[in-house]
Formats: sequence, structure tokens, C-alpha cells
Amino acid sequence: MKVSPLLVLAALLALAFALATGLASRAEGWSARTKSDNVFGMMFGDGRKLFANHFFTMADVYFHSGYYPSVFDKHAEEQKEIISASHGRKETEEDEKSEDFLGKPKDWIDAFGRHFRITQHTHLENNSEREILPWLRLAADLDPQKIETYTVGAFFLRDHMGRTQEAEAFLREGLRNNPDSSEILFELGRLYHDGLHDNVRARNVWELGVKKFLARSEAEKKDEKLVLDELAVSLARLEDEAGNYGQAINWFQLAQKVSPAPDALQRQIDELQKKLDAGLPLVPKKLF
Amino acid sequence: MNKIIAVAGVVIKELYRRKDFYVLFVLTALLTVAAGSVNFFHDEKIVRYVKDICLLLIWVSALVIAIVTTARQIPAEREARTIFPLLAKPVSRAQVVAGKFLGCWLATGVALVVFYFFFAIITGSHEHIWPWLMYLQAAWLQWCMLAIVIGLVLLGSIYFAAPSSTSTISFIVIVGILGIGSHLKVVALQQPEPMQFILTVIYFVMPHLEWFDLRDFVVYDQTLVSWAALTLATGYAAVWTGVFLLLAWFGFSRKNLTT
Repeated sequence: MKVSPLLVLAALLALAFALATGLASRAEGWSARTKSDNVFGMMFGDGRKLFANHFFTMADVYFHSGYYPSVFDKHAEEQKEIISASHGRKETEEDEKSEDFLGKPKDWIDAFGRHFRITQHTHLENNSEREILPWLRLAADLDPQKIETYTVGAFFLRDHMGRTQEAEAFLREGLRNNPDSSEILFELGRLYHDGLHDNVRARNVWELGVKKFLARSEAEKKDEKLVLDELAVSLARLEDEAGNYGQAINWFQLAQKVSPAPDALQRQIDELQKKLDAGLPLVPKKLF
Repeated sequence: MNKIIAVAGVVIKELYRRKDFYVLFVLTALLTVAAGSVNFFHDEKIVRYVKDICLLLIWVSALVIAIVTTARQIPAEREARTIFPLLAKPVSRAQVVAGKFLGCWLATGVALVVFYFFFAIITGSHEHIWPWLMYLQAAWLQWCMLAIVIGLVLLGSIYFAAPSSTSTISFIVIVGILGIGSHLKVVALQQPEPMQFILTVIYFVMPHLEWFDLRDFVVYDQTLVSWAALTLATGYAAVWTGVFLLLAWFGFSRKNLTT
């Protein structure tokens, strides 16, 4: 029996169509990739998180203008300075010395090779910090759940470049992707407090941050208690500025439970207590 | 010398007749322009990532051109049997090796000039500064490194069976040296004997191609490399190129071309 090739082709196409309609609904459940709402998620699946980490590191490399330890050097696994800087930690001379990962040349090859590599520890400044932004943007696109990307990016946008609007938009994007993140809420509060001088909104988002933190599991609380310290101390200072000394003491006492320096906080509590006992008239500072 | 230049001229003509260079240049240009057109946080002054991407593409393209062009030179002459009339001119085997090297090196030099000119235009249009001396140092050292690479690949093409295996092995060796060359001693110190000794010896006897990579200086707007160090590095490249060419000539002069 002779069958026309066109007929065979038509039959195969019909079969493919029928199978596709039957399998389409099931195939959706086979992979999480297709559910991803960005192109990187579709292309790389969970592997994109590796790239996101690399791009986040690239931001730190750019922040140091290329003076950066490789995986073979000492200090390669230390905390990234863009994260430390975003938490308000200023680098001291001692820190800089300890971060001289190159050390003395090991031999003549190493010594001569240093003519052709960057050997000075510097940080970007005077608006050059903008150069780290592409890597943070890419890191956020590749791994929307990486919270540091949003907090660090927003900190540099706000604090170093004075671009509060973009910083807020970036944090809002982070909050949409990570609605329970106390870290993003803390940074958003700083933006309202330091950038926009809107203490009411700052208080609201910091209080929400504390609430979100307290709703976490015990293991998560233990690992990430620094954020509670930052939130509670910020709220305490805000209440102190507003003249609500009792409330400020409450926040400092909460911070004491997780702070690495509870004695310093106790001194601040004592000062507030003195003000409260002296019955100083409540003269709240201007909120707006 | 005229014979060497004549052989080199043929190699250069071959490069611009083939499509490798054009494809790589267009690819580099397209990717760089695409990267440069992306807007991050509405800031048009961000430029370093474009420089970084463009220089990476230039390095990859230049390596591909140098390795692929060099790897096929002598095997192609043998396969097409054009090596016999060439040697009957008379041109000595040493002149063939020298001519092939010179041709490949000059051809990659021409490619580098085009690439760096494009790079300068792209970055200059963003930054409005033109650090020509920095670009000159970066391009010069890259060209010196390519001389070593071409010498190494020419040597490989004498001993390995096919251009594909020469290219692949050369790529692995060169990328390996560029990637961990400067860290090999640190890696060696973490190994047990005898691996520690072997790696330390390799560290001291291998050509340190990573010295010739000034991309970070260009990307991060650093000051110029000292001219004394640049001259020494050029001498270092000349010595290693000489070593590889001598070894290539040694192997080629003893090679039976009829098998």
C-alpha cells in the first residue's frame, strides 16, 4: 500500500498537536523554571543564584577598584565591605592594614608581577560608587531573594549618591520579592529617617520590621539577631528624639537582649532613666 | 629576511580573507554596544562594566584569532602539500617557522589595533576622556603576550596530530596560566609532597602570561605602569617567544613531512 508522504506529515502534525494539548497542563508542574517571572529564572533555574553571588561579589570588587582577594588569597571569605559600609561601619587604619591580603612578595616573580596588578586598597568615592550599581541590579534580577542586594544598593544610592527616589523604588522592589524581610524594612526606615526626615513613616516601617522579626522561627532569630539590634536601637533613638523616654528605654532593653555590646546600651538606658526621673518637660523635637 | 617577510605576507592575507576576525569583531561590537545601551537606575555615567565586558571580549577574540590562525599554519601546508614547493624555493625550515610566526603576530597586531580603536571610541563617547597612553600600554603588553602564545602554538602544531588538538590543548594551558599562574605557588604550598615540589617547579619555569594583562588598570582608571617594568616585561616576552620558536624550529627541522 502506497501512502502519500504529505498524508504521513499531516498525521504526525495532528498527533503532535493532540499530545501537546494533553501534556501542556502536566508539563507545567515538571519544572519550577517555567513559573519564574523573569528571563534569568527561565534560562538558568536555581543555578542563577550562583551567578547572583558572583555579581554581588563583582560589586565589592568594583568598590575596591580591583584590589580584591582571589579565592587563593587570605581574607577571601571575609564579609564584603559593601555590606559593612551599608551597616554604617567605617574602616579604620587598623582594618586597612589587616586587609592587606597581598603581604610581602613571596619571590621575585610575585614581586615583579605586582607592577601589573592593583596593589593599593582604595574605595570608590565622589559619586564613582555608581559603578557598582550594574552588578547589584544584575544580582537582584538573578536572585530576587538575596536581601543584601537591595539593602546595599539602596544604601549607596541614598547615602553616597543622594538618589533617594531610586533607593526607595529598589527597596520597594525588594520588599515585593521578600515581604517578610526585616532587613529591607530597616533600610527603608533609614531612608525615611535620614533621607526624607519623615519620622512617622520611619517609625512605622521599623516597628513592622520588629514585628516581622519576632514572627520568625527561633533558628532564624538566632542567626539574624543583628537586624533586631539595629531596628530596636534606631527606634529607641527615634523615641528619644521625640521625647518619649519611657518608650526609648523599652526599645533599648529589647536591643540589649541581642546586642553584642549590652553594657553600652545600659549606659544609654541609665541616661534616659535620669531624664525620666528628673521629670524633664517633654519637649519633642520637630518630626517634620 | 625577505623570504621571512614573504611567508608572513601570505599569512596576513590569509587572515583577512578568512572570516574569523570579522565574525569576532562584529560579535564583540554587538555585545559591547548592547551592554552599553542598558540603563541602570537611570544613570548614564556608569561605564566601567562596559569597559570590563569589552576588554574581556577583546582578550577572548585575540586569543581565538592567535591560536586558531597559528595552529593550522604548518599542518595546512603539509596537508595541501604546498610545503614542498615552499621549501624548494629555496626557503629554509627556520625561515618557514620565522615567517609563520611573524605573519601570525603581525596579523593579531592588526586585529588588536582595530579592537582597541573600537574600545577607545566606545569608552571615550561615555567618559569623554582618552587615556591613550594607558590603552597603548595595555595593547602593547597584550601583543607581547600573544607573541608568546603564537610561539607556543606553533611549537604545539609541530608535535600534535591535528590543528584541533593543538588549539584545544593550547587554550587549556593558556587559560590555566592566565587564571592561576600567579597563585600557583600558594596552591603548591597547600599540597603534600611530591605535588608541592612539582607545582613549585612549574611556577618558576612557566611563562607568566598574567603579567601582560592590564585590563584592571584600564577599567579602574589606574596610573600608568612604570616604563621600566614594561620594558622588562617586553624582554621577558621576547625571551619566551625565542625559546618556543627555537624548539619549534628544532622539531620542524627533524620532522618527516611526507608522513
